[in-house]
Amino acid sequence: MAVGTNSPAPAAASAPAGASEGLSLWQDAWRRLRKNRPALVALAYLAALALLAVLTPLLPLQSPQLQRLTRHDQFQPPNLRPVRLGLDLAQVRALERELNELRRAARQAPPEERRRLEEELRQRQRQHPLDRYWNSPGGLTRWMLQARLWLFGDWCLPSLCGTDELGRDVLARLAWGARVSLVVGLVATLVSLAIGVTYGAIAGYVGGWLDAAMMRLVDVLYAIPFIFVVIFLISVLNEETFQQRLARYGIGQITIFYLVIGALYWLTMARAVRAQVLSLKHELFVDAARSLGAGHARIIFRHLVPNVLGVVIVYLTLTIPSVMLFEAFLSFLGLGVQPPDVSWGLLVNEGMRVITPIQTYWWLVLFPGLVLALTLWALNFLGDGLRDALDPRLRGR
Amino acid sequence: MLHLGTVLLKRLGWMALTLWVVFTVSFILMRIVPGGPFSEEKRIPEEIRRNIEAKYRLDQPWYRQYLEHLASTARLDFGPSYRLKDFTVNEVIAQGFPVSASLGIFALCFALGVGIPAGVVAAVHRNAPCDRVLMGLATLGIAVPNFVLAGISILVVVFWLRLLPAAGWGTLRQLLLPAVCLGAPYAAYLARLTRTSMLEVLQQDYIRTAYAKGLPGRVVIVRHALRGALAPVLTYLAPATAGLLTGSLVVERIFNLPGMGSHFIEAALQRDWTLEMGVVLVYTFLLSALNLLVDLSYGLLDPRVELE
Repeated sequence: MAVGTNSPAPAAASAPAGASEGLSLWQDAWRRLRKNRPALVALAYLAALALLAVLTPLLPLQSPQLQRLTRHDQFQPPNLRPVRLGLDLAQVRALERELNELRRAARQAPPEERRRLEEELRQRQRQHPLDRYWNSPGGLTRWMLQARLWLFGDWCLPSLCGTDELGRDVLARLAWGARVSLVVGLVATLVSLAIGVTYGAIAGYVGGWLDAAMMRLVDVLYAIPFIFVVIFLISVLNEETFQQRLARYGIGQITIFYLVIGALYWLTMARAVRAQVLSLKHELFVDAARSLGAGHARIIFRHLVPNVLGVVIVYLTLTIPSVMLFEAFLSFLGLGVQPPDVSWGLLVNEGMRVITPIQTYWWLVLFPGLVLALTLWALNFLGDGLRDALDPRLRGR
Repeated sequence: MLHLGTVLLKRLGWMALTLWVVFTVSFILMRIVPGGPFSEEKRIPEEIRRNIEAKYRLDQPWYRQYLEHLASTARLDFGPSYRLKDFTVNEVIAQGFPVSASLGIFALCFALGVGIPAGVVAAVHRNAPCDRVLMGLATLGIAVPNFVLAGISILVVVFWLRLLPAAGWGTLRQLLLPAVCLGAPYAAYLARLTRTSMLEVLQQDYIRTAYAKGLPGRVVIVRHALRGALAPVLTYLAPATAGLLTGSLVVERIFNLPGMGSHFIEAALQRDWTLEMGVVLVYTFLLSALNLLVDLSYGLLDPRVELE
């Protein structure tokens, strides 16, 4: 079971008797995983999705948020009609140049003139097409969007998945929503990972009454229907004065979201890590580390934690889908990601809202629902496959 | 029997502790929200405001308020709603609870009634086409979130086939679609669980003995195998019920059912703190009580299980 470069455990002692060529756990796991076709398909799908999400700003998609309120644009079913973005790089460049000149003028102008110029600058900046077409992108995304304009110019994909109530392209919204949904899944899971591993490792390592107390707390928390507490918490944090106070520290709503979800999903992880640490802490390599003068913190984080990574990774892949589902669930209820940000749960919600007995806009529900379900399904499959591949009890079979 | 009594007492103690933790967290959340319930009416003269606050004991130090609030909650009095005129939280919960409970019970019946037979059929016809189809459906059922399922089934069943009404509450026909959407993921999971545990049981010696005695296959499967295979299914009932409770939040909202879940979401959107707190406490109680019941019944059904 010894993994990681930091543990001085002899590899031969922990390897199963038959494996003489000295495969590491990871090589062994990868070999096993390669035989599991569904898990591989899931992995390929997820990799493709992640790549698409990263490259979204580069793709020739329509604007995910620019509203076009004409009858030709609203509620269009999937079609192949050509669409123009209505924006090219020359326009962006011209505006940037203008802004730069204004900025320079403002810097050199006398004080009262400067205030007027700065006000104008702010107004012009609000008109910036990159901010109007895309939801105020950050530095790298901005650069990628310009590259997209340079590559594809005005051209963009037709509305292959239809358009919504406000004439926005569903395909573009799905792609931009994927970024939010995946990032929420990853970041919140990492938060839960940090809490769960630390908590579990400390409880398992220290043992005694502290372990008992810490695990009792986990038991109590397990019995709480979290979704209700979270909704309560989020509705409190959504209060305007609160948001303003938090915004002063640079904490946006979405950050709160990561933290709140992550802070709740660590229970199972903590239990699993604790159990592993309990069984590992009397191993020789821990004694060896201690006799070399390593402190408790060093033993926990440099020697024990790397050895429980297998379990951690399995729980990680199983936590991501539940976190993503939770985000979708909250966004669906209107308590999660707020417009103009998009996420898949929000898209399903928007689709459901406009269902009426007279008209059914099926594409607004079907496509977001489909990608969400497919992704969750792939994550579950991958998690199951990884568990089979990394579970030490199945080794050598 | 004495042993059972102490176990019960201990578990009830933990339940009380859990409820207390939830209450305290909710109380703190309510307290840190800026602005009291009367801060919006700016026109009220200072003296009157003070009188009102005295009436509701808002002028006392926070620990007095906490104790008072705790005492009244322990008497099952959740106080007036912040937003709904003429309603106390108790009245809202009393109205919503039967709706949520019947939805949950129907969904659970659906999950059990579909999931267990499907699992048994799949296990008996292992690796046959019908096993593959059923398990494929089950995998799909687990992955599709219930609100996506609800959306698609509303499109298909209500608007294209026009078989069922879309929303409303009162008749069995109106209850059918929400209950199915709510129960479907659990039916899928139960089917997988039943299949796995049936496959294990079917390999055991006593099943071969039963066949060797000349019992018909149906009797062996239902009487001998299924009974042995149900233990893990029963264990899953507690988390399943918890999931049904939370899932009903969304389903009630989609189908416009006037249940506790709808009230809770509405309360969260409207910032009706007392109502939110009341519903959270009710759900916590329900969840702990159900966990306790399942644990106890597990011990009663299988005498080998030692209660801890």
